[in-house]
Amino acid sequence: MSEFANAPRAATIAVLVENEPGILARVVGLFSGRGYNIDSLTVAPVDETGRISRITIVTSGTEMVIEQIKAQLDRLVPVHKVSDLTLEGPHLTRELALIKVVGKGELRMEALRLADAFRARVVDATVESFVFEMTGNADKIDAFCALMRPIGLVEVSRTGAVAIARGPRGIN
Amino acid sequence: MSAATKPASTEAALTMSGAEVVLRALKDNGVEVIFGYPGGAVLPIYDAIFQQNAIRHILVRHEQAAVHAAEGYARSTGKVGCVLVTSGPGATNAVTGLVDALLDSIPIVCLTGQVPTHLIGNDAFQEADTTGITRPATKHNYLVKKSEDLARVMHEAFYVAKSGRPGPVVVDLPKDILINKAPYSEAPKTEHRSYRPQTEPDAEQIRKAIALLKGAKKPIVYAGGGVINAGPEASRLLTDFVHMTGFPCTNTLMGLGAFSSDDKQFVGMLGMHGTYEANLAMHDCDVMLNIGARFDDRVTGRLNAFSPGSKKIHADIDPSSINKNVPVEVPIVGDAGRVLAALIEAWKADGQAQDKAALTAWWRQIDGWRGIDCLRYRQEGKIIKPQHAVKRLYEITRELGRETFISTEVGQHQMWAAQYFGFQKPNRWMTSGGLGTMGYGLPAAMGVQIAHPDALCIDIAGEASILMNIQEMGTLAQYRLPVKVFILNNEYMGMVRQWQELLHGGRYSESYSSALPDFVKLAESFHAKGIRVTDPADLDAGIREMIAYPGPVIADIAVAKDENCFPMIPSGAAHNEMILGPEQEGGVAGVTDEGKVLV
Repeated sequence: MSEFANAPRAATIAVLVENEPGILARVVGLFSGRGYNIDSLTVAPVDETGRISRITIVTSGTEMVIEQIKAQLDRLVPVHKVSDLTLEGPHLTRELALIKVVGKGELRMEALRLADAFRARVVDATVESFVFEMTGNADKIDAFCALMRPIGLVEVSRTGAVAIARGPRGIN
Repeated sequence: MSAATKPASTEAALTMSGAEVVLRALKDNGVEVIFGYPGGAVLPIYDAIFQQNAIRHILVRHEQAAVHAAEGYARSTGKVGCVLVTSGPGATNAVTGLVDALLDSIPIVCLTGQVPTHLIGNDAFQEADTTGITRPATKHNYLVKKSEDLARVMHEAFYVAKSGRPGPVVVDLPKDILINKAPYSEAPKTEHRSYRPQTEPDAEQIRKAIALLKGAKKPIVYAGGGVINAGPEASRLLTDFVHMTGFPCTNTLMGLGAFSSDDKQFVGMLGMHGTYEANLAMHDCDVMLNIGARFDDRVTGRLNAFSPGSKKIHADIDPSSINKNVPVEVPIVGDAGRVLAALIEAWKADGQAQDKAALTAWWRQIDGWRGIDCLRYRQEGKIIKPQHAVKRLYEITRELGRETFISTEVGQHQMWAAQYFGFQKPNRWMTSGGLGTMGYGLPAAMGVQIAHPDALCIDIAGEASILMNIQEMGTLAQYRLPVKVFILNNEYMGMVRQWQELLHGGRYSESYSSALPDFVKLAESFHAKGIRVTDPADLDAGIREMIAYPGPVIADIAVAKDENCFPMIPSGAAHNEMILGPEQEGGVAGVTDEGKVLV
């Protein structure tokens, strides 16, 4: 325990919380109050009764900071479970993005070809615009957006990452 | 309340208003005293208080003082302190007290009034977003928006306040919830859905700790407020463990009294104004056992030079305290008392012999440091030394043999109190350690006196701090609380002045206490006794007169104006770079800008 790596690492942390008013403010306030990073944060109820929500936080810091983040999250009264997916083994990360591209002529065709290559779906179209929907990890969406920028990207809406461990083991 | 004698079925309970449910929940959670201040939003609770006798209400003069009084009550009894304030300014005034309780881990339940639910968010009169404001100021908080949640939330508030690492909990109560009928149910017997702190230590970690401790050549036990919070039994176990092992023991500011100051194995308080022997023992030790302390920056000094050669064992009930500032080899999550009991058992069961010769050599080294006599001072001439005033206060109270509780404000006088007043038992010392709240001591002493009516309760104060909650003299008068306020009056915000002298070229910017009141007349105007002592020859008589008087007293002790508090580890320095006295003040010149940015 004494030798913590000083290099920062990314961590994807899943937090199961009691779905009560103010819980998101508690979690976000913890990060801002203690000076931790939030790269992305998603939240939605996940059980059949709607009482439990799952928050997925992508953060980064030294090993000591990540340990602190987890311990601080865990001591919030409405928190049921904190799980460091990055540390605990292979896991899947997905993000959904809606990407609006405006253009005509050859650029429009290029946008469609690229969307096809990235398996992005067209969910809205006008004579001068497309909205693409794509899912993937953050890198894939970043790459797609980078390619779309010179050919008419005007707006991006992203959910932030959701993640789950591979294999049969559940978070509980 | 007829419901009190019936089984708490929902049907029977629906005869109760929300306010009555609140009071019933307080009673069922063992509350006997509540410190508060009325206002529009909490009038229904005050009306219910009027109609019952089970819970005594103490009317303070400012809501901050209500929380500090509840802290004093809680810390001196081990119970949860309870506060009742109104919405808006009532709640915001309480915030300083709440953060104080949060940083010092004091169990508090603070009930705040709120505008009725249909007006929330409307900028109504005396509306504030209390749960929003107090979210980072509390361990947890609640806004009750449905009557059927009221009883559960009240019980949960007490559970959360006292479980695990204790702390303040706010329950925000809209006025309609207090007026409307609400069902009452008793505290659930089942476990809390999500909050179940670990109190029992892991056996494997205990085994690792014992292996380190048995092999230690230069061990030290460093015990903090967690031992006090774990109850008097934990202090007894700490004493047993230290005696069994023969190790030296140091206490943090919050831990004073957890291990007796009389014990020959006690090396004094550690940290910025701790003893030379405690700090050097921390620096030079090879195995450190931290029980219920949190490697606070006042304790560690410069982190990269903190006890560089030691293996560290850290037992704490709060996992987030472990590996926060200082990486440790053996983390133990658990209640201090349970951990100590497990360590004692494992120590006895372990066959490995201690290195007695090494321990003897270690004690010889410690005794060498003790020989420096770092707390020495010279009382001479016609001016009272503040250290001498505290020392005499201690000696006279011991000689009288009365049960004595000490609270302090914040600053030099607080450190002198910690250095020169000895504590043999836990729960006798109330001080604002984490937040450093000036104005804490008088209301805290008030809360202690309420809990211990026959005890001697003394607030060791400074002339600047005492003015921050001086209005509580009115509360003392109203409830005939014989609290003694012992002011070390040096006409300066002494600690500010000291830092300005040592670190800011002697430019005493705004630290002089101008236009001070006449404390004797001030006391008298609040129906108390006032005493002023200026001559060292009159000090003992003044102290005795203060203690003998049956009511509240302000003793204004004029002390040396330019005295500094030593020993001192300058900010950004290491334990072995401490300054022992004025002759070494030059040592502070070496403080780097990096050190200066630290508070």
